[in-house]
Amino acid sequence: MNTEIRDNLLHGIREFMGDDLLEMNVDYVHPLVRIKRDRLLDACRFLKNTLHFIYLNEIIGTDRFTSDDRFEVIYHLISLRNRQRLFLKVRVEEENPVLPSVTDIWKSANWNEREVFDMFGIRFDGHPDLRRIFLPEDFKYYPLRKEFPLLGVPGSLEMPTSTPDHD
Amino acid sequence: MFQTNSNISRKKPTYFREHQEALYKSLEDKHATVELDESDPLATRMTLNMGPQHPATHGVLRVLMELDGEVITKCRLDTGYLHRGIEKMAENKTYQEFMPYTDRMDYLSPYSNNVALCLAVEKIANIEVPERATYIRMICCELARISSHLLWLGTMIMDAGALSFFLWTFREREKLYDIFDEVAGHRFTVSHSRIGGVNNDFTPVAEEKIRKFVREFPDELRGWHKILDRNRIFVDRNNGVGAIGHEEGIAIGLAGPSLRATGIAYDIRTFEPYMLYDQMDFMVPTRTEGDNLARYYCRMEEMAESVSIIEQCFEKMPKKGPIRVDDAKKSYPSKDEVYYSMEGLIHDFMMTDTGVCPPAGAESYHAIEAPKGELGFYIQSDGTGHPWRLKIKSPSFSNLQGLETILDGEMVADTVVVIGGLDPVMGDSDK
Repeated sequence: MNTEIRDNLLHGIREFMGDDLLEMNVDYVHPLVRIKRDRLLDACRFLKNTLHFIYLNEIIGTDRFTSDDRFEVIYHLISLRNRQRLFLKVRVEEENPVLPSVTDIWKSANWNEREVFDMFGIRFDGHPDLRRIFLPEDFKYYPLRKEFPLLGVPGSLEMPTSTPDHD
Repeated sequence: MFQTNSNISRKKPTYFREHQEALYKSLEDKHATVELDESDPLATRMTLNMGPQHPATHGVLRVLMELDGEVITKCRLDTGYLHRGIEKMAENKTYQEFMPYTDRMDYLSPYSNNVALCLAVEKIANIEVPERATYIRMICCELARISSHLLWLGTMIMDAGALSFFLWTFREREKLYDIFDEVAGHRFTVSHSRIGGVNNDFTPVAEEKIRKFVREFPDELRGWHKILDRNRIFVDRNNGVGAIGHEEGIAIGLAGPSLRATGIAYDIRTFEPYMLYDQMDFMVPTRTEGDNLARYYCRMEEMAESVSIIEQCFEKMPKKGPIRVDDAKKSYPSKDEVYYSMEGLIHDFMMTDTGVCPPAGAESYHAIEAPKGELGFYIQSDGTGHPWRLKIKSPSFSNLQGLETILDGEMVADTVVVIGGLDPVMGDSDK
């Protein structure tokens, strides 16, 4: 891991984001950068086009379980040219959890955003096909939210009522 | 007969109605040209549902395809049939308790998953692993890679039409099962790695078995190359099938050998060396064609590289040494201590009850190169023994997402070969 390249990148981000950069740390080798929600698309385009983060590895959702800005969405980006990873964070509030979709920037965001939607109920504006990915559409809960019980909600999923032998 | 044609294409399952409706709708509304009735008197357009219980989909993958004759005009994947909520379970278990669950993710290479989790926890909790343990992990990870690629080889060639190959690769896999049985005490779900080291050292028998396997395996591999590389049927079946370029490959986020077959040498072992891979001398096999044949070559060469890595490990490995960190706050004490000393018993109890506690508010990511691609764990800690959030970056998920794009414009008969070539494991993808 080349720390000089990393510091240059972080400097670039700091300059571009200005006051909209809320938090930045490199405690565990990989930089974590938190920015204001309104600048998300802006920052993503900058990271892809200028800093060469062309590979979106995954999108992580988290439930912070706090009263303000409850959810956090983390974009895990890789720059193959500079051999760097970057974690870009934005926070979303509980009442209306909506984020702009980055599928136009990275095509691979498609399923990852669907997964975050499935697990946390965060909607992505402009997503071409926002359906649940693991659970059926008929399921009304978001299982990775902290209030969802570990054992599930009884009766929330339709189960087969008969065996194939008796119709 | 023709009256039923429209019924065939339009008949929709009734179970989980909303889900099915949304899925079919998503298939229909992209291309306005898809029409299923009067305008198509020969009924060449149809929707084909494949899976979730189809032997060639390697698990419970469901593929919905919009066909024009034999060409796939659009396809949608329905995943989640093996969704067990592993991430939710992780939040309610200690890190060590969660480790056996990772066996069940990519169940074709359980050892890699164990190591991936342990390394991620060790990184966030700042635990140093003894050298010998690291070598043991590396050797077993490479064995797991061979084992996974062997299954891929057998099933992929079975999908392409040659049945006996499956038996030959499984004969070799059986030897690996025996090795894991000797090393870990389990044949399949090994759970051998521990946070801070491994459970037990190699026995002399285990070491001898691995050495024997490593000696004999390259011969087998050569034999397979001989059969397949210039086999007309095999090459014709795979050449140019499921091709994808490197730009598209990155855009749709392919992982592992599938990405390397497009020409991107992205391998975590060299991109961001973990364990002691930076001291090893090995190649990252790549191809530029991006088709199924290229994936075949990449994986075959990777197996040869794995053999060479194991040999190097045996050379460099210290002959003796601890296999688990000797710190009761960071790892389980040895059974000798537990049975014969009071402190050992207390520490064992504490490790089981609370376990390793990374600092509060810490967040870290660690990835390894699993056989199928990058397998990473993103852990957020709140200072207790349970992770606050543990996100799994699974390679099969990324590859399956690519499958939707890869299948566009392919022949319907090639679907099974392409799925076989991408080598998805649903336990990994569905979490």
